[in-house]
Amino acid sequence: MKKMKAAIIGPGNIGTDLLMKLERSPYIELDYVVGIKKSEGILIAEKKGIDYTIDSIQDMVDRGGIDIAFDSTGAGPHKINAPILKKAGIFALDLTPAAIGPYCVPAVNLTDELLDGEVNLNMVTCAGQATVPIVSAINEAVDVTYSEIISSVSSMSAGPGTRQNIDEFTVTTARALEDVGGADKAKVIIVLNPAEPPIYMRNTIYTKVKNPDIKKIREAVDNMLKKIQKYVPGYTLLVEPIIEDDIVTTMIQVEGLGDYLPVYAGNLDIITSAAVNVAEKYAKKRLGVK
Amino acid sequence: MRKIILTDTTLRDGSHSVSHQYSLEEMKEIAKGLENAGIDIIELGHGDGLTGSTINYGFAAHSDIEYIKAVSSVLKKSKLAVLLVPGIGTIEDLQEAKEAGAEVVRVATHVTEADVGEQHIKAAKKMGLFTVGFLMMSHMVNKEIVLQEAKKMESYGADVVYLTDSAGAMLPNEVSEKISYLKENLSIPIGHHAHNNLGVAVANSLAAYEAGADYLDGSLLGFGAGAGNTPTEMLVAVLDKIGANINVDLYNIIDAGDDVLAPIIKNKGSKLPRFNSDSLIIGYAGVYSSFMLHAKRAAKRFDVDIRDVLVELGERNAVGGQEDWIIEVAHELQKNKKE
Repeated sequence: MKKMKAAIIGPGNIGTDLLMKLERSPYIELDYVVGIKKSEGILIAEKKGIDYTIDSIQDMVDRGGIDIAFDSTGAGPHKINAPILKKAGIFALDLTPAAIGPYCVPAVNLTDELLDGEVNLNMVTCAGQATVPIVSAINEAVDVTYSEIISSVSSMSAGPGTRQNIDEFTVTTARALEDVGGADKAKVIIVLNPAEPPIYMRNTIYTKVKNPDIKKIREAVDNMLKKIQKYVPGYTLLVEPIIEDDIVTTMIQVEGLGDYLPVYAGNLDIITSAAVNVAEKYAKKRLGVK
Repeated sequence: MRKIILTDTTLRDGSHSVSHQYSLEEMKEIAKGLENAGIDIIELGHGDGLTGSTINYGFAAHSDIEYIKAVSSVLKKSKLAVLLVPGIGTIEDLQEAKEAGAEVVRVATHVTEADVGEQHIKAAKKMGLFTVGFLMMSHMVNKEIVLQEAKKMESYGADVVYLTDSAGAMLPNEVSEKISYLKENLSIPIGHHAHNNLGVAVANSLAAYEAGADYLDGSLLGFGAGAGNTPTEMLVAVLDKIGANINVDLYNIIDAGDDVLAPIIKNKGSKLPRFNSDSLIIGYAGVYSSFMLHAKRAAKRFDVDIRDVLVELGERNAVGGQEDWIIEVAHELQKNKKE
């Protein structure tokens, strides 16, 4: 079957994990990688016989033939890359906190209109992909006035891109909790934990709710859980929703598939799996696959 | 003789001891007492730093900006400091704090994660703030790693770097070894922030001084997380006694504790942090001191032994900021108990 051709820009932790996930895609073929040096990610691409450059994104544009680009560089570089991709007619999935296009969290707002109408979709952040669906589910059920999340990731899984964009990370995630999750107001905290063996990605989600109906909340969260597990099988509840006054506490853990980094780095999987999920839906539409 | 710069954190670390419920008036009075005694730097705000006012860490009575504006309006000489923990607060929050009157920032990261503070230290310097790198939970790694991270902070432009014993888990010989090593290998001054969980905060501060630290922390009557910080009064008395060169007057700092802070504590119905079995376990297990009051609450909520909660958090290597793990651990202990 014909596949759509994709490129990865920024083969760091996230980009290299994407590379491995795309190898399994029935609808997308990874055709090109754009790096800035002979990094581990580039070496892996080279070994697999994937064409690459370590010079500039312009090489990719000049070469042509790319339908979809995954940008996992950083907020700054994506702001430069986005107009270049747009001009070249390449559908962009932004895995940085640049957020030039609208936020996309597949379990919540991936619609045909979004795929048809936009040329650049932002995948929020790993914490956003992990927590927005839960906040959205609780909001639909009982109306969330405030949501606060604490995302703990292992130090090993947080590369320089994440470390140098930590403010953008928390701010972008908070905005997505409001815009997509539906919370009236949101606050996000991220903690890097260096414990050995590395911790699994885990997220604590506090929501202040208007209607403290815990049965309804648990039902809504369970349904959402099933939706997410379709594209992130290692997404599980660590603590099912518990309530004190009007504050609901829910904790989730994300175990990855262990593609590039070991399974503890669920924070990579949750955003790369979401991006692949969006890209495949886009590809299926364009390829006319039902 | 070298000058020792004292930072008092009654209004920031001590904020944990009143569950972040200082009134603006109380902060102003305490700050005046501290300035009158000659304290060089007064740190204030939510115990977990800028925008720490949350469900996870407890909501404060006022916003950081309100506190900064109130205290800055009464200070003439002492420098006003804020704490910024990257991952909780942002550069934008720091900019607002500066506009409200902050002159010093302490950028705090876990001891192995200095690079998450790179942007913040650089931005703080650009804003013209006196910038302190604050390496939390410094007991968790050896001196070589502390140095490697301290060097990063130095390279970002920090004016001072702190060996911060957030868990009150260090003993004087360890403080001495780490401070000497930093002193030998860095060109910026070194500071130390102690907690009294193992009853050695004053001894640790003294060891830090003797090993070459130029910046030391205290808080009035030891007000602070866990078993509290080094009592500023006691620190001043000890430094005075050994003839260290400090700007703080002993009688006046004693008065600030007795005449200003003590009545406020009494009025609020708060307790002075002091040695108890909970703080002892925190120091012993090497757990972030601010976890104490949260763990007490969680132990009650889930009907489990607080000591089990704290020891388990120590075993999981929880770091500063992971107060949410307390709930998870207590919840799990309760589940296991039922089974």
